[in-house]
Amino acid sequence: MIHSLFLINHTGDIFLEKHWKSVISRSVCDYFFEAKEKAVDPENVPPVLQTPHHYLITIYRGKLFFLSVIQTEVPPLFVIEFLHRVADTFQDYFGECSEVIIKDNVVTVYELLEEMLDNGFPLATESNVLKEMIRPPTILRSVVNTLTGSSNVGDTLPTGQLSNIPWRRAGVKYTNNEAYFDVIEEIDAILDKSGTTVFAEIQGVIEACVRLTGMPDLTLSFMNPRLLDDVSFHPCVRFKRWESERVLSFIPPDGNFTLMTYHVSSQNLVAIPVYVKQNISFFETGNCGRLDITIGPKQTMGKTVEGLMVTVHMPKAVLSTNLTASQGNYTYDLATKVLVWDVGKLNPQKLPNLRGSLSMQAGAPKPEENPSLNIDLKIQQLAISGLKVSRLDMYGEKYKPFKGVKYVTKAGKFQVRT
Amino acid sequence: MSASSAFNDEKGGSSSVGEPEYGHDPASGGIFSSDYKRHDDLKEMLDSNKDSLKLEAMKRIVAMIARGKNASDLFPAVVKNVACKNIEVKKLVYVYLVRYAEEQQDLALLSISTFQRGLKDPNQLIRASALRVLSSIRVTIIVPIMMLAIKEAASDMSPYVRKTAAHAIPKLYSLDPEQKDQLIEVIEKLLADKTTLVAGSVVMAFEEVCPERIDLIHKNYRKLCNLLIDVEEWGQVVIINMLTRYARTQFLNPNINESLLEEGGGGEKTFYGSDEEEDEDEEEKEKKAEAAVMAKRKPYVMDPDHRLLLRNTKPLLQSRNAAVVMAVAQLYFHLAPKAEVGVIAKALVRLLRSHSEVQYVVLQNVATMTIKRRGMFEPYLKSFYIRSTDPTQIKVLKLEVLTNLANETNISTILREFQTYIKSMDKDFVAATIQAIGRCATNIGEVRDTCLNGLVQLLSNRDELVVAESVVVIKKLLQMQPEKHSDIIKHMAKLTDNIQVPMARASILWLIGEYCEHVPKIAPDVLRKMAKSFTNEEDIVKLQIINLAAKLYLTNSKQTKLLTQYVLNLAKYDQNYDIRDRARFIRQLIVPTEKSGALSKYAKKLFLALKPAPVLESPFKDRDHFQLGSLSHLLNAKAGGYQELPDWPEAAPDPLRVPEWTKCSSREKRKEKKVEKPFYSDSEGESGPTESADSESDSASGSESASGSEESGSGSESEESEEGSESEEEEEEEEEEKDKKKKKKEIKKPAIAPSSALKNYELLHRITGEGLSVEYCFSRQPFSPDGNMVAVQMQFTNNATSDTKNLHMEDVKLQSGMRVKEFPEIELLPAGETATAVMGIDFCDSTQAANFQLCTHTRKFFVSIQPPVGELMRPVFLTENEFKKEQGQLMGMNEITERLTLDVKCRNEHAIVQRVTTAANLSRVPCGSDKECRFAGKTVTSGSLVLVTVATKEEGAAQLTVNCEKMVIGTMLVKDILLALTQ
Repeated sequence: MIHSLFLINHTGDIFLEKHWKSVISRSVCDYFFEAKEKAVDPENVPPVLQTPHHYLITIYRGKLFFLSVIQTEVPPLFVIEFLHRVADTFQDYFGECSEVIIKDNVVTVYELLEEMLDNGFPLATESNVLKEMIRPPTILRSVVNTLTGSSNVGDTLPTGQLSNIPWRRAGVKYTNNEAYFDVIEEIDAILDKSGTTVFAEIQGVIEACVRLTGMPDLTLSFMNPRLLDDVSFHPCVRFKRWESERVLSFIPPDGNFTLMTYHVSSQNLVAIPVYVKQNISFFETGNCGRLDITIGPKQTMGKTVEGLMVTVHMPKAVLSTNLTASQGNYTYDLATKVLVWDVGKLNPQKLPNLRGSLSMQAGAPKPEENPSLNIDLKIQQLAISGLKVSRLDMYGEKYKPFKGVKYVTKAGKFQVRT
Repeated sequence: MSASSAFNDEKGGSSSVGEPEYGHDPASGGIFSSDYKRHDDLKEMLDSNKDSLKLEAMKRIVAMIARGKNASDLFPAVVKNVACKNIEVKKLVYVYLVRYAEEQQDLALLSISTFQRGLKDPNQLIRASALRVLSSIRVTIIVPIMMLAIKEAASDMSPYVRKTAAHAIPKLYSLDPEQKDQLIEVIEKLLADKTTLVAGSVVMAFEEVCPERIDLIHKNYRKLCNLLIDVEEWGQVVIINMLTRYARTQFLNPNINESLLEEGGGGEKTFYGSDEEEDEDEEEKEKKAEAAVMAKRKPYVMDPDHRLLLRNTKPLLQSRNAAVVMAVAQLYFHLAPKAEVGVIAKALVRLLRSHSEVQYVVLQNVATMTIKRRGMFEPYLKSFYIRSTDPTQIKVLKLEVLTNLANETNISTILREFQTYIKSMDKDFVAATIQAIGRCATNIGEVRDTCLNGLVQLLSNRDELVVAESVVVIKKLLQMQPEKHSDIIKHMAKLTDNIQVPMARASILWLIGEYCEHVPKIAPDVLRKMAKSFTNEEDIVKLQIINLAAKLYLTNSKQTKLLTQYVLNLAKYDQNYDIRDRARFIRQLIVPTEKSGALSKYAKKLFLALKPAPVLESPFKDRDHFQLGSLSHLLNAKAGGYQELPDWPEAAPDPLRVPEWTKCSSREKRKEKKVEKPFYSDSEGESGPTESADSESDSASGSESASGSEESGSGSESEESEEGSESEEEEEEEEEEKDKKKKKKEIKKPAIAPSSALKNYELLHRITGEGLSVEYCFSRQPFSPDGNMVAVQMQFTNNATSDTKNLHMEDVKLQSGMRVKEFPEIELLPAGETATAVMGIDFCDSTQAANFQLCTHTRKFFVSIQPPVGELMRPVFLTENEFKKEQGQLMGMNEITERLTLDVKCRNEHAIVQRVTTAANLSRVPCGSDKECRFAGKTVTSGSLVLVTVATKEEGAAQLTVNCEKMVIGTMLVKDILLALTQ
């Protein structure tokens, strides 16, 4: 299974290493650096590399490489999924997963890694269990710790690991009992030049924040569960109940967690909330081009489109831009050649427009392909698929919790080809 | 505060000095004086009385380890704190210890006793963590201690400790592979465990230590299937992968009839089955035909156990863990009937939304699947469309999938997509797209011309790489039908002036040479130009120039004779020996001289032979002989430790899987009576809030399938056997009557009436045994044929309505050194009767089980006998003085003492003697004091002395002392006697 883990920053420094079996020299990472050299983008480094004696499986998260060393056959997804879980745990503990943060909390990180793997096989990966053993650092606690010399290792032993509900810690107590659910839907779409939909689908996720005393048993039901075509659940969800009754029945973990993700069947017509009129052209002579983008509302179900943003990866030859935006600001990063137009709220009466000229490198040939536009947007209080939560019931505890459901629609990988 | 500032200082200092090369050298640690000092203050802090200072020091040390710096010289100072009360200090010491123990083996031994103490702690979590650290210390000397600890932990009350034991098994195995046999026993024991907590870990241990021992799974197969959904995610992956392999050895290919349908029926299936697939099948057809004949005779019925596996893994496709989803997907791909495989497509497509690394692996597997089962992913075609923001490696894989999915109906959509891709800025991706177009064109005849035209248009592309790639692909396409396309060849000939990419140039030259008859005017001119630039060309181009020259010389020698000779002369003095060699070879072959051999006559045939068109194949073809989802599959090369996925067996082996509720040995029954509830039930006893609907349906399905398989397994056989026995009976009726009495006598003769004091154990339950039940006890009589064997008396009872015949044992599986003397065959056991027999087993003074098959004339049952340690000895008679003398020699390590409180009913001498002698086969040694009871015995095989003393004190307090040369026996005996006296 997993032999060692090296954390590497984007410049190629190994700043943390952890071995679960015999120590492996960090020179093994040289093979990785070689591959990294070859790939232009960090995203293009092959996740699985073969070296004479080891296999290297790497993930790239938050500008860091998590490089694990494997010696024998193991499903690669097993390792990849685990490494992402490690990154998630860091994020959960420290708020972000970056080199500085990890270096600052190196002892906690090490303790976490020690608990998460035993001899290279995952031992405790549930955040609830880990938090019982190793308390996440908070400002208050670190002050208290320096004054009193106490530690951030839990002095109670983790009982969660022993139960059959490892995701929930025992003895949870709150004065305010609350359960909030966010239904977040993302539209993945590819639109072609003329605005017709090449491909569109809706991916949804229900994020939950549950702070309830004791051992509540929750049941969440939908008005229209038939919409859901493909689902995946947090392990707490009883699959049998879903199969037979189409309700989510579960004993929730304590705190924030992803309850389920779903996919709305592609047979349904997906409402595309905005349309884009664009005209990008490069001229054969004169080393310049023109850009004209207008965005308008399409099927918004009467809601306002917010957080509208357009990102364009320009061809290398585009040196600078001279544009005017009727609404919002735009920036053009000369190094990465990325044009970002932050539009903000979409006003149906006065459609936002960005137009102007692009100046090109002298002598460079005219780019063959127009860059595609990546659209970002947000619509509050709307699940674009029409999914609705009908009710949330609680069993097993006496008190009455506060309940709430929020809907948001976002653009996922929303791309307009030009 | 001062401590924390010191910490920061240290950090600052280290980053200035902290070169990794330096930090890596273990020797250099103490040389530099500054370094020395720094470690000195750490040592001071570690030696202080304050926990906060110790903690600070440990934190700094761990930070050093994390950065990969050497901290090994602190070992003595750190190891002292292993028993520190502060939990965080302790944990960090453990971290340090595990990291450096291997380098400092002698010093590491100092810490062992702390862990040994921890192993006996009443708190399960402390026991577990002690075992975890103990087993992580890679010091060979402690192998026996580890072994003992693992064995003990494997029968611990707490499932969490047992889980830790399972984790420790591969650690010990990697430290000392010689322990394999003993470890397998522990694995076997843990496999029988019924808690979800243990299941994943023990299967992981099984996979690492003894993946070949598939026989260990039989008994646990159904249990594993039923527990699967409640096992933690990582365990699920391991179990599913293992069960895939298991199923491939035990069940029949569910698609055996499918091929028959396809050939005869046409319909949907052949619609998907492209010509490519048929070609592939060509070789296998014979095999399949045979199988089909078989199948016709006997319609395929899926084994209920096979169905159980498929049914119980299916919900896991909904797991949030990509690895679990992939594991189920590969299980379905490898095991499910064709019609059912489709369910995995949706789940796999879902994973494409995940991180790019996950996408990468999933797409690789999808690419392999699409070759075999194209129809499955066709509805999801659009999910594989490429976005300009995808990383190149993902783009290329998606392209591969799209190409595999292309067929007559969707090719126009796919080609339209490809057209967008060709304009991409990512040139590697464009090249891959051109290749993909080429493959679509070869596979689907209808679009060949369209593709070719499209590619020819690309020849005028501004980007050279695009042009070069197109040339290479066009070359391959033209080979299929060159006559029609001489204008394309002409067009390409013109390109030689501009194109610089060697591979493309070589391809053009080859094309012109090959089809020089279609372009008779241009070809010599191209050669002329090439001759001019010959010296500046790349090697592959030079070889093709020589080739072109040779071909032209043979077809059009008038115009090209001089040119050819010029080229050959140039090549003769080339730097590359391949080229010189080729030139020499060709000159001999084509230019007729007096010396040239017989070959030159055939020169034209050699060079201008009709070449078969290349087949453009997916690189993922045939990858499915690796288990999908595995590392080996991803690399397309066998990784270390990869277990081959076996082929389906031709005939299913006898079903040996045991229904979940039967226990294999009575010992375990004693320990664990609880049957785990399937979902959310707490293994420690407090059942959480469960809803009964779940558990009911689960258990119902479990038992249903169990009984189902029994019926199918035995149904036909028992009928046959009944017929057989009837006819036999008729013939031999008279004889048998007489024989019966004789035999009964014979059987009874060696048997000894079981005394009530002896404990009976169950070997075979009457339900499992289909009417036959077997009990055994250790008769404590010397086994006359062999003195080193323990006598086991077995009592067979036939509860069935029909007679049982030829009762004997077979296929004895033993640990090395163990021996068995089988009991004489019992020829007939009439219905309702009971018979006894005695067998001898030499356990080699270990409590390892003897496994064998109990066979009747119809069935075979797997059984095992595991002796309590007390039965591994026989009494010896010693005087008080002898006892004391022997005891004096068995002190120290060989003495184990334990304090206990006697059971209320067991406070007099008589009761103590009775209980001890029941627990162990020992004899009483006379003793002067009435406060002490002494017992003595010898182990059966090695004859090592076992001395037991029970000294009673007031109010039921007592002290138990066991002296034995064999420490393992001693420890186990202490445990057993303790149990006997306190309960």
